[in-house]
Amino acid sequence: MKVSEFTCPFAHARQSKGLGFMDDQNDPVTMLLRLKDVRKTAHNWKTFQSGAVPGRIVIPSEVKIRDTRQIPFELDPPAHGDFRALLDPWFKRPLEDEYQHKLDNIIDNVIDKSTSLASLDIVTEFALILQSQALTLLLNTPFEESKTWISWGTHVFRSDGEALDANKANILYDYLDKEIDRAAENPTDDLYSVLLASEVNGKQLSKEEVKGILILTFAGGRDTVINAITNSIAYLADHPEALEQLKQNPDMINNAVEEFIRYFSPLTQMGRVVTTDTEVCEHAQKADTRVSLCWASANRDEKTFERADEIVLDRKINPHVGFGFSHHNCLGATHARQILRTLLLKLSQQVSAIEVIDYKENIEELGEFNRKVGFDNLRVVLHRA
Amino acid sequence: MVKITFITKDNKSTTLEADSGSVMALAVDNNILGIGGDCGGVCSCATCHVHVQEDQADKIGKASEIEEDMLELDDNTNEFSRLSCQIEISEELDGAVFYVAQE
Repeated sequence: MKVSEFTCPFAHARQSKGLGFMDDQNDPVTMLLRLKDVRKTAHNWKTFQSGAVPGRIVIPSEVKIRDTRQIPFELDPPAHGDFRALLDPWFKRPLEDEYQHKLDNIIDNVIDKSTSLASLDIVTEFALILQSQALTLLLNTPFEESKTWISWGTHVFRSDGEALDANKANILYDYLDKEIDRAAENPTDDLYSVLLASEVNGKQLSKEEVKGILILTFAGGRDTVINAITNSIAYLADHPEALEQLKQNPDMINNAVEEFIRYFSPLTQMGRVVTTDTEVCEHAQKADTRVSLCWASANRDEKTFERADEIVLDRKINPHVGFGFSHHNCLGATHARQILRTLLLKLSQQVSAIEVIDYKENIEELGEFNRKVGFDNLRVVLHRA
Repeated sequence: MVKITFITKDNKSTTLEADSGSVMALAVDNNILGIGGDCGGVCSCATCHVHVQEDQADKIGKASEIEEDMLELDDNTNEFSRLSCQIEISEELDGAVFYVAQE
């Protein structure tokens, strides 16, 4: 089996009943596995709520490790829309030329350093560094801050090999409290300061709300971006012809990025809390229980995707839900897409082959399912073109 | 070259000329308000929703099943809805008018 092959563990359950089940800290989850069900449920925010107790829609649940509500992610309309209207212009900045130019430089430098090494671990020495450095652009903070974020390791909520870790999470929360206080005292043009000076519905944002937005920005874009980068590189290692294809046809890069997002689905699932007794996929679902929108399974739904279990680099029609669906689609998607598009362009121009030396898969245990979501490490040699 | 007109939610009309590519790409390249094109045209984000002018619906053609599935859950969908990333510019589109569905 190739390093970049990610078998779909949901296939049988998706085809036979459309549902999966898992326990999560005694708060069970009914997993929706079919694309159409996932989309409809994501759209129906009145019955399937995001604005539950903070941390409950995340799987594994973060109820025990935080009280701060992540915004706008853990809000429902209309409050959700009010915050999105404020945040969307900021999170579309990756489309601006100056932002793109800085991202080009970051990625050039990371590739330069990596190709000069005899070998490197893509997870910790490439993806983590790139993700952290690129985040300074999204937050508009000094580049040096990325050193602190890199020192936290790949997870902001977990220690290596462990489930949720409150101590680890507190490192992030304490850091954010300090940064928000700093911005309140000496405002700059960074995201903290801009948010502290912003209003929603005529009311100035509180420090707690600003912290909620920042936790989302840090946590939502950490493992996901690292996995997307690492898994894409694993694919290019397995398929050296793809590097050449992308080099010859840079127009294909957008399709390739969307296909990697579909196939690898860096975020497996997201929960919702049911507000009233209802049915999902002919299964009775009680009020105050949880369902999940299993993006990873929906993205392999053979009823929509031809050759669903293959990467088709130039897939033209690709209605994936890798960035979520409906009003809660990923706030950081523009940033993530620009990172991946730029990375593929630069790798195709600067690297001729990628050789895998060693790797350890990162497997999520989800009740009856075990899903490969990425790698704990992926040691490679990057051969300069 | 064909002429294509976009009418945005603020009732602003913009007529552009093009000879190839998708209607979404033309709109994005010219900063037409309400057309995002976030996914780059693979029918994944529904940020390029337009309404085809009623008398041009046959000329423009119908949405595919996959496109219809995307539109079904989008705001402001009606029988003339299309995702503009799925409409290729060709000679037949000369004079087409698209009403942008989102603000």
